[in-house]
Amino acid sequence: MDNSMDVGYSADDKELKFVGKRTNRPDGVDKVTGRARFGADARLPGMLYGKILRSPHAHARIISIDTSKAEALSGVKAVVTRDDFEDRDSEFVPAGEMMVNYRDMVRNIMAREKVLYDGHAVAAVAATSVTIAKQALKLIDVQYEVLPHVIDVVEAMAPGAPLLHDDLFTDGVEPKPTKPSNVAKRLEFNMGDIASGFAEADEILEKTFDTKPVHQGYIEPHSCLASFSENGSAELWCSTQGQYLVRAHCSKLVGMEISKLRVTPSEIGGGFGGKTVVFIEPIALALSKKTYRPIKITMTRDEVFRSSGPTSGGNVRVKVGITKDGKIMACEAELKYQAGAFQGSSVQPGCMCAFAPYDVANVNVIGWDVLSNRPKVAAYRAPGAPISEYAVECVIDELAERIGMDPVDFRLKNAAKEGTQTAYGPKFGPVGFVEVLEATKALDHYKIPLGPNQGRGIGSGFWFNIGGETCVNLNVNEDGTLTLITGSPDIGGSRASMCNMAAEELGIDVGLINPIIADTSVLGFNFLSAGSRTTFACGLATIEAARNAIENMRKRVAQLWDIPLDAVVWEDGAARPASSNAGEFEPMTLPEIAKIAPKTGGPIAGHAEINAQGAGPGFGTHMVDVEVDKETGHVKVLRYTVIQDAGKAIHPSFVEGQYQGGAVQCIGWALNEEYVYGEDGRLQNSGFLDYRIPLASDLPMIDTKIVEVPNPNHPYGVRGVGETPIIPGLAAMSNAISNALGLRMSELPMSPPKVLKAIKEASV
Amino acid sequence: MQYEAPQTLDAALSLLAGATGQARILAGGTDIMVQLHMDTTDPDMLVDIKNISELRAITETDGAFTIGAVTTGAELGENEAVKKMWPGVVEGLELIGSTQVQGRATIGGNLCNASPAADVIPALIAANAITNVVGPNGSREVAAEDIPVGPGKTSLAQDEIVVSISFPARGARAGDAYLRFIPRTEMDIAVVGVGISLEVDEAGVCTQARVGLGAVAEKALLVPEAAATLIGTSLDDAAMEKLAAAISAACRPINDRRGTIEFRTDVAGVMARRTAKIAYDRAVG
Repeated sequence: MDNSMDVGYSADDKELKFVGKRTNRPDGVDKVTGRARFGADARLPGMLYGKILRSPHAHARIISIDTSKAEALSGVKAVVTRDDFEDRDSEFVPAGEMMVNYRDMVRNIMAREKVLYDGHAVAAVAATSVTIAKQALKLIDVQYEVLPHVIDVVEAMAPGAPLLHDDLFTDGVEPKPTKPSNVAKRLEFNMGDIASGFAEADEILEKTFDTKPVHQGYIEPHSCLASFSENGSAELWCSTQGQYLVRAHCSKLVGMEISKLRVTPSEIGGGFGGKTVVFIEPIALALSKKTYRPIKITMTRDEVFRSSGPTSGGNVRVKVGITKDGKIMACEAELKYQAGAFQGSSVQPGCMCAFAPYDVANVNVIGWDVLSNRPKVAAYRAPGAPISEYAVECVIDELAERIGMDPVDFRLKNAAKEGTQTAYGPKFGPVGFVEVLEATKALDHYKIPLGPNQGRGIGSGFWFNIGGETCVNLNVNEDGTLTLITGSPDIGGSRASMCNMAAEELGIDVGLINPIIADTSVLGFNFLSAGSRTTFACGLATIEAARNAIENMRKRVAQLWDIPLDAVVWEDGAARPASSNAGEFEPMTLPEIAKIAPKTGGPIAGHAEINAQGAGPGFGTHMVDVEVDKETGHVKVLRYTVIQDAGKAIHPSFVEGQYQGGAVQCIGWALNEEYVYGEDGRLQNSGFLDYRIPLASDLPMIDTKIVEVPNPNHPYGVRGVGETPIIPGLAAMSNAISNALGLRMSELPMSPPKVLKAIKEASV
Repeated sequence: MQYEAPQTLDAALSLLAGATGQARILAGGTDIMVQLHMDTTDPDMLVDIKNISELRAITETDGAFTIGAVTTGAELGENEAVKKMWPGVVEGLELIGSTQVQGRATIGGNLCNASPAADVIPALIAANAITNVVGPNGSREVAAEDIPVGPGKTSLAQDEIVVSISFPARGARAGDAYLRFIPRTEMDIAVVGVGISLEVDEAGVCTQARVGLGAVAEKALLVPEAAATLIGTSLDDAAMEKLAAAISAACRPINDRRGTIEFRTDVAGVMARRTAKIAYDRAVG
């Protein structure tokens, strides 16, 4: 295949029939009728139920684990502990949108020397019923030596803080430390001369912001079913954003060849980055390997909160200097991100995104990756970016206010555009931030007058978007329909979008294409559905597979007509003679070609194997109006508009859904969501009652404005849209509340007790 | 665990009387089912009383209502007569959980679950509601405020059942209201809850008042000092200030994941003022 397909597509001018249209979603009927199978719907004959014993301590040394009584209980078929997982070398590999160390991962899925957080897995049982399995957990005797713990990120960095790992030395500082600490890594990004930048500034504002760890809040808990065969192979069904990464991690952790493990992803009830790593899957496999019985493990909600991966909380100091006419001269930030019990927070993308929306000559960003006695963090939509950009966008807003400049105009004056040099490396190609801000200014929303105790805020955000490894098959069936086989779990409408693009290429009705998400045995490696890569990268591969299928069909027809291949063109779903020179032939439609395929060479398919490059960055702005009850600190969201550059919205309904979902997660993160720990280091709100995500009744309709500045590296101009919507809203909410109250808050969540306290302190 | 679903009150009473270990009563199940799932309760016997028809009856005699203990929030919300007379009580029961939960959660269950943050209890206290309790030795009447004694604990014996709740008849110029503070808009647990019932004379002066206060102590409280600030006033600003002060003085909350001591104490006064205004407007008509 022609490798130039990877980049350099030129957008086609012809009118689009399916791309950009609100086609029926292929998964819709099964989802509304309840037929769709999610993680917990998997079952097999002879299945056993796995349950996991979890640490009640934030930090403790495991002295002993006695499982004999549990094993003796009738109905218990197997027990696994740390002894059932081989230790691994310290080795960093990509996992999700971060790097993961298998020595850490084997300890995260099952504690070894120590338990490092409340909810850390210590042992697991497989039994004939959930009741027996739960009973067995109570019979496992674990002796702990409880150790002092640390929860807060700043406290964890302090000298003398309780140490999680005595072999962890801070990377990235010179000279190399001789004493271990909880700080895994220091990062720095520099551009220009920060000191002279501040020297040229008329106004300088420096503030520190705190955010709390928040959970992705997917409604579907982690669930899996593992079945090990006596022949050494195994099958695994699970809810995941990436079956190939599950296969890679599990085969490593359980000790088997990748080819012996077949992983099938279920329909997914939300992931948002949290289903890019493994927790229960290797445990289910280990229990199945011991029993040769299928093992099902489904997390409870309590387990999801305590033992999966929320995102980091952070402490972020931002300093920005501007001229009095509103030009940003210098930007400085220091980011301290919680990694949880093992290294690997999202501080790096946090650093890279912090000032990326702005064209600034002088930038300095320092990041710290900090461990504490909390669950290891996982990705959460644009991992790291919301935390740093929240702090930056609050400071930007306050500076604009200081010099009396409209906040949109201020951003427009400094907006990154094509050719802007970023602090993290590349120069931007065509980007749509200016267009987003112009669309923001033009909104009716911006002109609606506000009432008493009401405020309006805006915030902006940037995410890279990514490409990556992708493999797609497109089978032309004998009845003239097509089966589109991709390896990317559909977390945001990708099946509908892929069908739109394939139908556009093939010139056939979109309803003739049946999309399938394949298990790991069907296609070559596919990276995760994450990083806002799927519509871009899987889309490129789908287009390429469709063009490959078209070429194959043209070949069959050219052979049949006995004319050269280039004398056969593909138009409107049929092969046609290129010109009168090619002779007089009736066009052959796709079904006609499919029907006679046995006579022209057998089955017809299109394939694509790519490592997609050239993802287009995504910029967005949120505008929100709030009303604050000054007597209680309660914040009501009155109006909310998301304005974002999609490049091209392949399926506008799903793009709007991404915008709206991101905005709602911003509202939750901004107002109420947080992990609450007691003095004992135990999580106190491991359920949706006290971990408050927004309800429908808490929300106005989230309005959307899709801006389309095409990405030149995709035939239809696709960027990615999944990550950016969760970035601008935290600052937009904070700025709106500030505007309503006439005071500035610098921490999240802005829950009623905190808002009321700020009001009272300001009135003293 | 033994599960029983008797059809009559006598059968339920004899099951409870004969229980050897811990027996618990299940009405709507919206609390006890969660406790079972969370492993925070492990009774030997569960007696499901929601099939007992006499516990579902709603009767009225000369303006005095008696409501069966297993009447759900949804049922009460559709009963125009009760809603007209005791809108605050219906509000308290009707805002528990979601629409689905309201179809299960019962007035007696919310009272006997004895959560300090229960929504219906402050409204029942304000309404001067009397619970009709039946046990092996016959029946007795207990004031609503005397049922809970602490978080999850009641003054009832294990073999007693709350059969119904009675509300006294009252004059034409009377009104009640219940308001709670929650961080969201629904499906939440009160951080503060206030129930107020009052009567006014022809001039609009408050002649009688009762105030129930939830989620700021180990149980819902009757606050006579707060009621006293209303009597003899037309709920003017000065009275409202005194009410808020009396309410805040009665608060003895804890810091927890749902709110701080400072926040609860402040907001209790705010909610009391707002609740009193609604009750007053209803009384004046």
